[in-house]
Amino acid sequence: MTEQEIFEDLSRKFGDKIIEFMEEGTQNPTVVVDAGTLAKVATYLKDDVRFQFNSLMNLAGHDADGETDLSVIYHLYSTELKHYITLKVFTSRDEPKVASVAELHKTANWHEREAFDLYGINFEGHPDLKRILMEDDWEGYPLRKDYVPAEFYRGMRIEKVK
Amino acid sequence: MGALNHKFNENILITSLDKLMNWSRSNSEWYFQFGLACCAIELMSTAAARHDLERFGAMPRSSPRQADVMIVAGTVTLKMATRVKRLYEQMAEPKYVISMGSCANSGGPYWQHGYHVLKGVDQIIPVDVYIPGCPPRPEALIEGLMHLQKKMREEPILEKKED
Ligand code: SF4
Repeated sequence: MTEQEIFEDLSRKFGDKIIEFMEEGTQNPTVVVDAGTLAKVATYLKDDVRFQFNSLMNLAGHDADGETDLSVIYHLYSTELKHYITLKVFTSRDEPKVASVAELHKTANWHEREAFDLYGINFEGHPDLKRILMEDDWEGYPLRKDYVPAEFYRGMRIEKVK
Repeated sequence: MGALNHKFNENILITSLDKLMNWSRSNSEWYFQFGLACCAIELMSTAAARHDLERFGAMPRSSPRQADVMIVAGTVTLKMATRVKRLYEQMAEPKYVISMGSCANSGGPYWQHGYHVLKGVDQIIPVDVYIPGCPPRPEALIEGLMHLQKKMREEPILEKKED
């Protein structure tokens, strides 16, 4: 199935919760989904025999410019039917939260922790949402574009260049 | 070895013993087997057959208690820095540190935007030899070890340090 067909099917099923289909300016054709509906869409895509998206290849957080909404991007692949789809959700910068798909795709467990660690996105329903790369007592979310590093961490100087 | 101090009128014995011990120490630089990033690959290849570090008597030890030299091979992240410091403290005296590669020397490629990198391992532990390079070639590491050998040979070990 092509991405266009998948988008049309999703639109019929979920109506205006499927926000748009982006083909230009992205490497992979992307379906933008409402953050609240994402878990339902992912379940549907996994369980429906016509899609069988049983593999989450990658999950990434993204901060475009340090001002607008943060986003999370899901790269799905069907090992049975050999087709791809990319989903994207936007979530507010001040209170970023997206439903977790860790129960659905085991891959998502650590990837969501990474996005939480570096972007501060809360994945609701994640079994063990805590930092994965940075130390537990780290402050701030370093990959956000508006992140300003602290001067010291546990007495060790971080920045040397002004 | 302060026990030997003031036991002899002349220091002849001490000096010769010093020489002997320093000679043996410098020819058995057992280094702590750990690596932090890409430089560790070069450390491994230095230890492997082609460059064969063991011909200098330097062999890897898996425990800090048995190691004389800590080769900090790679990027010291702030998270790892606390562990590096603890491992250094676990080594027995006399102990030496070689900082291998730009990362351990100064943060290297992470100098400007490395929010997670310690800008130089000498901020947390004393360093005896710095080896530049990204990564340094095995020859450079061997030269660093030879500089350390020189340092060991010139150091009085039996004389108790008055401090
Ligand atoms: S100095 Fe270069 S080769 Fe060595 S750890 Fe750093 S980036 Fe890797």
